[in-house]
Amino acid sequence: MALTPPENRLWWKEPLAKMEITWISIAFVWGLFMFAVMIYWHINGEQNLSNEAYRVNPETYGEKVEAEAAKYTVREEGDTGIPVVHPPAGSDVYMLARLWEWWPILELEKGQTYRLHLSSMDWQHGFSLQPTNINIQVHPNYEMVLTLKPTETGDFGIVCNEFCGVGHHTMLGKMIVVDKK
Amino acid sequence: MASNEQYRICPETGLKVFFTTEKLIKINAVVAVVFLAIGGLFGLLVALTRWPAVHILPPDLFYLALTAHGADVLVFWIIFFEIAILYFASSVLLNCRLAAPRWAWLAFVLMIVGALMANVAVLQGESSVMFTSYVPMKAAPHFYLGLILFAVGALIAVFVFFGTLVIAKQEKTYEGSVPLVTFGAIVAAIIAVYTIASGAIILVPTLLWSLGYIANIDSVTYKLVWWGFGHSSQQINVAAHVSIWYAIAALTVGAKPLSEKVSRGAFLLYILFLQLASAHHLLVEPGISSEWKVFNTSYALYLAVLGSMIHGMSVPGAIEAAQRRRGFTQGMFGWLRKAPWGNPAFSGMALSVVMFGFIGGISGVVLGTEQINLIMHNTLYVPGHFHATVVTGTTLAFMAVSYLVVPLIFQKEIMFPKLAQWQPYLFGIGALGISLFMMGAGTLGVSRRHWDMTFADATLSFDHPPAAFLMMGLNGIFAILATIGGIAFIVVIVGSVFFGKHRDEAACKANPVVYQGGGEAVASYGNEHELKLPGTVALVSVFFLAFVLYYFVNWKYLAEVWPLS
Repeated sequence: MALTPPENRLWWKEPLAKMEITWISIAFVWGLFMFAVMIYWHINGEQNLSNEAYRVNPETYGEKVEAEAAKYTVREEGDTGIPVVHPPAGSDVYMLARLWEWWPILELEKGQTYRLHLSSMDWQHGFSLQPTNINIQVHPNYEMVLTLKPTETGDFGIVCNEFCGVGHHTMLGKMIVVDKK
Repeated sequence: MASNEQYRICPETGLKVFFTTEKLIKINAVVAVVFLAIGGLFGLLVALTRWPAVHILPPDLFYLALTAHGADVLVFWIIFFEIAILYFASSVLLNCRLAAPRWAWLAFVLMIVGALMANVAVLQGESSVMFTSYVPMKAAPHFYLGLILFAVGALIAVFVFFGTLVIAKQEKTYEGSVPLVTFGAIVAAIIAVYTIASGAIILVPTLLWSLGYIANIDSVTYKLVWWGFGHSSQQINVAAHVSIWYAIAALTVGAKPLSEKVSRGAFLLYILFLQLASAHHLLVEPGISSEWKVFNTSYALYLAVLGSMIHGMSVPGAIEAAQRRRGFTQGMFGWLRKAPWGNPAFSGMALSVVMFGFIGGISGVVLGTEQINLIMHNTLYVPGHFHATVVTGTTLAFMAVSYLVVPLIFQKEIMFPKLAQWQPYLFGIGALGISLFMMGAGTLGVSRRHWDMTFADATLSFDHPPAAFLMMGLNGIFAILATIGGIAFIVVIVGSVFFGKHRDEAACKANPVVYQGGGEAVASYGNEHELKLPGTVALVSVFFLAFVLYYFVNWKYLAEVWPLS
């Protein structure tokens, strides 16, 4: 029994049954395979997260985002006062997270590749692009840069999916993807 | 201490039950169940709030309830129960008095003071930081202090367990190697030591930071070390509940491990590789290399997953072998049909094995795949996964073993046996629904830890698809079902412990809870040619097929997402 000492005191010398060897081998090889798939995807897959990140002071980052927004603001979103920023296709684009908003609204062009910079001004936030369902953690003091290529047009929500205090559920941003001009 | 030497002989198993050990097992188990009740109630409130049509709590109370739910059931219920298991697996199974009972009581006092302190901090409303308390969000100092005291207490209890093993060895209270269940408990205890150490390494500076003595804690470093505690503590549960599976199978159908070597080897893989799982929580964080992520998230070539897959064969295999030896040899699954499905200890264990493996295990591997994590991180898929592991796996296994602990340790008859019979199914199916529907909602992008999926109070607007709302409604309905199952458990167990009929020797003989034919060998060792277990082969094949299919379906989902690099 599993509740009593093994009857055979030399239990480690017992041979394995064929069924056991077969299953252990299958499970082991499957593990190696799954490990290899992650590496394969880095070589041939299109969805890999960037390793590019920099230490940044939140104030410095905030100033940079504001400067970029000032350069490329094309309009305000309805009567919300939030600027809609349309940076040049293929350029570096900036967004910040703070209690409780994603700022500004980015307008990107379909099929273009952008370098998206993300950082937080205060606590941790979760960048969750919906309904595409791309989810990235945003930390203060870290500026993450990822290369992103929108493949569909429309309005996308940016939900905050890292709990950030009592206003967390009001933290909703937007990204707009339009056809090439 | 003379009283520490006194014991009784269990009339059903012949094991020595020392009175001190018995008392400590009882008190830890009872307190565990109290925290299960409190934490479960908070869980129901959380699920009802996330049901958009019900939306019962206001936001501040929702975040408060969610923090309390996590701490009470994920930590306090499970660890108190595990301490009871450790005392059982050392003192009772090895026929040995408990080492340093005064320290065991100190451990208990520290744990309960810590657990109450953390609960008070949360209920005061200034510590709604979620169970993970990610910096730089700050809780009240006594929130961290409570967790630290609890952890120190648990660590002392673990050392009482190790001390008992040493005494048993010195006084030769058993022969040969320790039983498999004790071996599994040792694995859980070793993992607990380095897990609790990680917790101390991060929570002590965080406490000092919340008191103002430290200016800054790096948020990525915090997560790395915190999850060395947070994820690894779930691996204590895995080691503990797998041991419980073996124990229940032995007690209810007389099952014997197919191979001690295989089962123990699988446990060893847990010790060696589980700690790497901290990486599961860092897959979409800035500043960490892909090489590090790939190696660690896979537990180095999936070797800990290999351990669980081995148990996934050896537990049902041991049951099939035992049942066939009893004469249930009809067809591939005759042994399964004739299993004691009306015994809540057996049915709870069987449901726990199946749901932990199929839902918790497979979803965990998929979620922990470096790139696939991009489409799941922090969505409801995450709680969907870990409710399958911790609720349908650990909690259900612990509930199941309670139906043996009450008659054997508390020496009380189970009250309301009909209700007890249904309880594992009610709770198991409820928890299964919670897991599946949260995973479904997460796949559709719904965020975890979020009060309002309609975003009614936000400046901008976004609509989740109607299917996501349906999922959250179903999640609420199954949470109610699980709650009914949970209440049934509390009623049966608390009722039996406090008001149940005492089980004397005659009662044990008339109505034994331990399988009595356990003496004969069910599968003698080294008989590889005799080991014919077609049912287990079929079950394991179905599992493997489901695993492979689900794995590739998720790569397909990922491939449809916008290109990222």
